[in-house]
Amino acid sequence: MPVATDQDITANTKNPAVIEMHQICTRFGSHIVHADLDLDVRQGEIYAIVGGSGSGKSTLLREMIMLHRPDSGSIRILDTDILTLSRAEAHVLRQRWGVMFQHGGLFGTLTVRDNVGLPLREHTDLAGELIDELAAWKITLSGLAPEAGLQYPTELSGGMLKRASMARALALDPELLFLDEPTAGLDPTGASGIDTLVRSLHELYQSTIVIITHDLDFLWQVTDRVAVLGEGKVVGVGSMAELAEMNHPVIRGYFDGPRGRAAQAQAQTLSGEQQHTKG
Amino acid sequence: MQPRLSPADISQPQTGLFVLSGCWTARTVAGADQKLAAIGESETSEVVVDGSQLEAIDSVGVWLLQQQCKKIRTAGRSVRLLDWPSDSQKLLDIVEKQIDIPVLPVPNQSFLEKIGRKGETAWQGMFALLSFIGECALALVRIGLRPSRWRWRLVLKNIEIAGFDALPIVGLTAFLLGIVVAYQGADQLRHYGASIFVVDLVGYAMLREFSPLITAIIIAGRSGSAYAAQIGTMVVTEEIDGMRTIGIGPIDFLVLPKIIALMVALPLLTVFADVTGVFGGMFMARSHLDISFHEFLARFGSEIGLSALLVGIGKAVVFAAIIAIVGCYQGFRTKGNADSVGRQTTRSVVQSIFIVIILDSGFSVIFSILGL
Repeated sequence: MPVATDQDITANTKNPAVIEMHQICTRFGSHIVHADLDLDVRQGEIYAIVGGSGSGKSTLLREMIMLHRPDSGSIRILDTDILTLSRAEAHVLRQRWGVMFQHGGLFGTLTVRDNVGLPLREHTDLAGELIDELAAWKITLSGLAPEAGLQYPTELSGGMLKRASMARALALDPELLFLDEPTAGLDPTGASGIDTLVRSLHELYQSTIVIITHDLDFLWQVTDRVAVLGEGKVVGVGSMAELAEMNHPVIRGYFDGPRGRAAQAQAQTLSGEQQHTKG
Repeated sequence: MQPRLSPADISQPQTGLFVLSGCWTARTVAGADQKLAAIGESETSEVVVDGSQLEAIDSVGVWLLQQQCKKIRTAGRSVRLLDWPSDSQKLLDIVEKQIDIPVLPVPNQSFLEKIGRKGETAWQGMFALLSFIGECALALVRIGLRPSRWRWRLVLKNIEIAGFDALPIVGLTAFLLGIVVAYQGADQLRHYGASIFVVDLVGYAMLREFSPLITAIIIAGRSGSAYAAQIGTMVVTEEIDGMRTIGIGPIDFLVLPKIIALMVALPLLTVFADVTGVFGGMFMARSHLDISFHEFLARFGSEIGLSALLVGIGKAVVFAAIIAIVGCYQGFRTKGNADSVGRQTTRSVVQSIFIVIILDSGFSVIFSILGL
């Protein structure tokens, strides 16, 4: 199969792109992070960005959510050019996406429920009690016990913190959801819990989900398409099965390690079982 | 661009049939819940809600709708949803199932309970401070026996930061304070033709009281707070735990060098404040009372005893220990988050200034009994 490409056929090819990044160049001093990077995320897909440490994944995410400005290139998100938009447009755009940060990013002085309710309180005219009800529901939806809503972020375990952060990201029913390392630092049970959560939320809201992750099992189980970053570019895009056939050394590095093989084998067994039960 | 948001609306073309239209989303639905209440009040045995005119609906809209549906069902009537967009079906189902999620009340503390808890925290805090002082003393003894373990470099670095770098601000403040004291005194003394006594006033006031006090207050705000914030942040980032696990005592490494450095720096700063403060008074005496520098210094030398200087320096040593200990102690009390670092830092400054002033008044009583 040819290396890298746009002609990968997936179920989502017909959908319009919600994130278009073209010729992105980013450098920190003399260190070049992105060199003419192109990337498209289509509506409704679960899209993962992977790459080694320092390959610029996190910077790419920060550029998408307007926390960092690339040195050159164009970025369109939800049909808005985020490099030229006005303050008011940025305000509206920010309410259309939700971001879950790696370490939660929850406010330490507020309870989890107030954290989740905060976007609603800030951006809507809903009544206080209704916001509390909705926040309590989103907390349950994210797989936390109702009691967790009254706790403070510092009182939560790592897995609970990720779920609480997810609940806050969901507060305004975002069209676009960014997840930064949703399974990092979790035990296997916690991580597979997040797998299931992401899939069920995707089914529920049909939102586009962009994920940065290192978790190979997560990549096999959850994602529709995966972009591999290397050498400042996207060196390959496709479903995990397609990537597994590509020959680029960076991609091979991902798949040929013992963990890569184990995750692939695991995924094949799982899909085998599923087909078996269906048949 | 921004999607056009038409407000949520509801109409009733025939009894028992409700048609929802517009956007039922978080930003547009506010106010529509009253209109929605009409559904619950309708009298028909079956209520039909038509969703075909909807432009958009999100979980807030669905939540409000399902609340009304639940009311109707509990009243023994039935609800049918007609022509709803297929992509909202999952949301409708899951909200219908989970509409009863309890909103737990925030535990409420009574006034008495609050007082009780505050009192207990303060009481235990006092013991914790005492035990921290004890730990520091033990560490000091342990290290005192092995001079090779002294961290001289850290001590010197701390003296530079807390002492040398504070010279300009301490000097300027004391200079201005000297001017103020002389100015206030001059006005009164002139009435009695006793202008020359301004020398005694400035000398005793600055050397015994104002220099040590103002220096201690500035250093509590400048260095005490920095100690609390530094150690507090280290607690939050688990650096303190890391230090303990590799066998470096945080007290040896972080606290003792600071205490020792401040006990050296604060008396020196106090002497500097004495000099600039008296110079301020001298400056004022010449311009306002026509007392020349020469006259001022001659009287200063004969009237102000060495004890005045030593009393001030002695106090400064004690104040230094208090400021460093309270700053470090409050840093170690930090729990968990950024907010806590801020709170402990504030507390360290307030508490150390408070203790310094209490001790200062205590010293005044003791010295007057001793006749110093």
